[in-house]
Amino acid sequence: MSGANAGKWLVLERVTKRYSNFLAVDGIDLELRNGEFLTILGPSGSGKTTTLMMVAGFTPPTSGSILMNGRSIAGLAPERRNIGVVFQNYALFPHMSVAENVAFPLKMRSETRSITSERVARALDMVQLGGLGGRLPRQLSGGQQQRVALARALVFGPDLLLMDEPLGALDKNLREQMQFELKRLHVNLGITVLYVTHDQEEALTMADRVALMNRGRIEQIGPAETLYERPANRFVAEFVGESNILSGVLEPTHEAGRAWFVPARGPRFLVSLDRSETPPGEDCLLVVRPEKLSLGPAADAGDEGLRGRVTQLVYVGDFTRYRVELDGGLVLTLKRPNSTRSFRPAEGEAVRLFLDPDDVCILRDRKGERT
Amino acid sequence: MVMAGQRRPMGPGQAGFWRSRQGLLVLPPLIFYLLVYIYPLSRLWAWSFFDQHFTLEFYRELFDEPAYFKALTNTLEISFLAAALSLMLGYPMAYLMATTSPRARNVLMAFVLIPFWTSILVRTFAWIVILGKNGLVNHLLGRLGLIDEPAKLLFNMTSVQIGMVHVLLPFMVFPLYGVMSRIDPSLVRVARSLGASPRRAFLRVFLPLSLPGIGAGCVITFLLAVGFYVTPALLGGQGEITLVMLIDMMVNTLLNWGLAATLGIVLLVVVGIIFAVFSSLLGVERVTGK
Repeated sequence: MSGANAGKWLVLERVTKRYSNFLAVDGIDLELRNGEFLTILGPSGSGKTTTLMMVAGFTPPTSGSILMNGRSIAGLAPERRNIGVVFQNYALFPHMSVAENVAFPLKMRSETRSITSERVARALDMVQLGGLGGRLPRQLSGGQQQRVALARALVFGPDLLLMDEPLGALDKNLREQMQFELKRLHVNLGITVLYVTHDQEEALTMADRVALMNRGRIEQIGPAETLYERPANRFVAEFVGESNILSGVLEPTHEAGRAWFVPARGPRFLVSLDRSETPPGEDCLLVVRPEKLSLGPAADAGDEGLRGRVTQLVYVGDFTRYRVELDGGLVLTLKRPNSTRSFRPAEGEAVRLFLDPDDVCILRDRKGERT
Repeated sequence: MVMAGQRRPMGPGQAGFWRSRQGLLVLPPLIFYLLVYIYPLSRLWAWSFFDQHFTLEFYRELFDEPAYFKALTNTLEISFLAAALSLMLGYPMAYLMATTSPRARNVLMAFVLIPFWTSILVRTFAWIVILGKNGLVNHLLGRLGLIDEPAKLLFNMTSVQIGMVHVLLPFMVFPLYGVMSRIDPSLVRVARSLGASPRRAFLRVFLPLSLPGIGAGCVITFLLAVGFYVTPALLGGQGEITLVMLIDMMVNTLLNWGLAATLGIVLLVVVGIIFAVFSSLLGVERVTGK
């Protein structure tokens, strides 16, 4: 195929899936490098699972092409794609033992008995289930079943591993442990992984890159840090992490690279234009993460900061969440760590709010457009 | 979360079940069965051994007269064949119902159910009209030039099987569908992704998981077929006399209650043995759906 796709293990080009009454996937482009861990993150109904099913070969795309290692896999039946799939409900064969489950793909490939038993044993060791081969799936815990599913999807040396919310049914502690283990396996095996989840924490911690999907489209794709620090639009800012999103106008100032942000109500403040795509004078959205704002006592000398009052305070253990109403009625949410030294105002107390001009993101205000 | 001291319903396996008030729920059906099943059955059993005083005469008569044995093998043959044909026709139907869209499933369900609501007697008479010498089938075959003279479709094994399978099919389709609809569709998908062709995915994953449905469907249709009276009586000929028809004759025509009771007991024992063999082959839990 074309040389432009060299080193790109999986390429989706303008892939669309249209059902009779709705558009599940709307012409997405996606590229995975060999060995990359890419997560598709999105709310339910965003088309992420449909995308995965098209790659696996269970759902034919309406249009567009899917290339694996430079070759189109459009006409290939699922059993000929050599792709491992792990489902959320594990999908272990209930009438087969753990070892028989893991041996299944090898049996389908007519491997000899000795190779099969050796590779099954190695795969079970890899997921730390050595010795449990004789059990039936229903005799295992959820986490163990998930490991069997993983061993089964990896034992035949697939070119690609697809995972559809694989940790969704596990409880929180087990989920974190499995995230860690998946990451370790990925690094050890060097396999290319396409992972689907609606859990942003899972997406941010595990993936090399995250593709955020919404209504059948990819809103933004990039490393977790980029999605968090430099969201491309309002949807990304709202879906990934918490945000204060204010609408207002930019006004020019004499300082280079800076501008005044004038919110609809409340005081104006200086912002950096480094992360702005909006020229001064236009309507825009300002995004600032709650943990980037800080507070100080109102009584301090000088007139830096924005004057306001704490209207609500929620203690969350490692941090406290404040709602601060600025003079003029603008309300911002803050997250401050609970260290002994830090300024910890009480509810109703007058405060000053500090905002570093470099900690904000200025987005174009696309009121009329789809987000 | 289960709170300490919270009352939960107990199952029969738990100690205290029979002493608890929930155990009382079994009482009405138990009494009913004692009155209308266990009592008459024990009377029947007694009749088969008594003619004024204890005798094995009825059993001897049964084994001496080849016509009775013929009726027994007839009954079993008809029932086996009917169960097998129901399975062959019912499995694809149930498979389609379990794997298609909900809308198509409802249509298929109606196809299975509507004949089910019609009286067996009416349906059996309808087959006499359809399969008769001048019936619909012969008329059609004649018009198409496939046959020169009317085919003999009625009062033989063909008509008995057509009529019985028609009646029994829902009893095969529903247990099959019940089991199949609970098979996780992602199992077949995952089998495909692991390298199984559609055929192998079916044979290795779907078929073994549908076995409990096959077991339940076969046992239900076979047992129903053994006790069938109307359809074989109306659609069968001299060669298709079943044990049940014989019993009817003993009671209604010959007034030989002793022999009728003996035939009934023999039928019960034979069916019991077949059920036991079948259960142990498939595992009882599969037949009872546990």
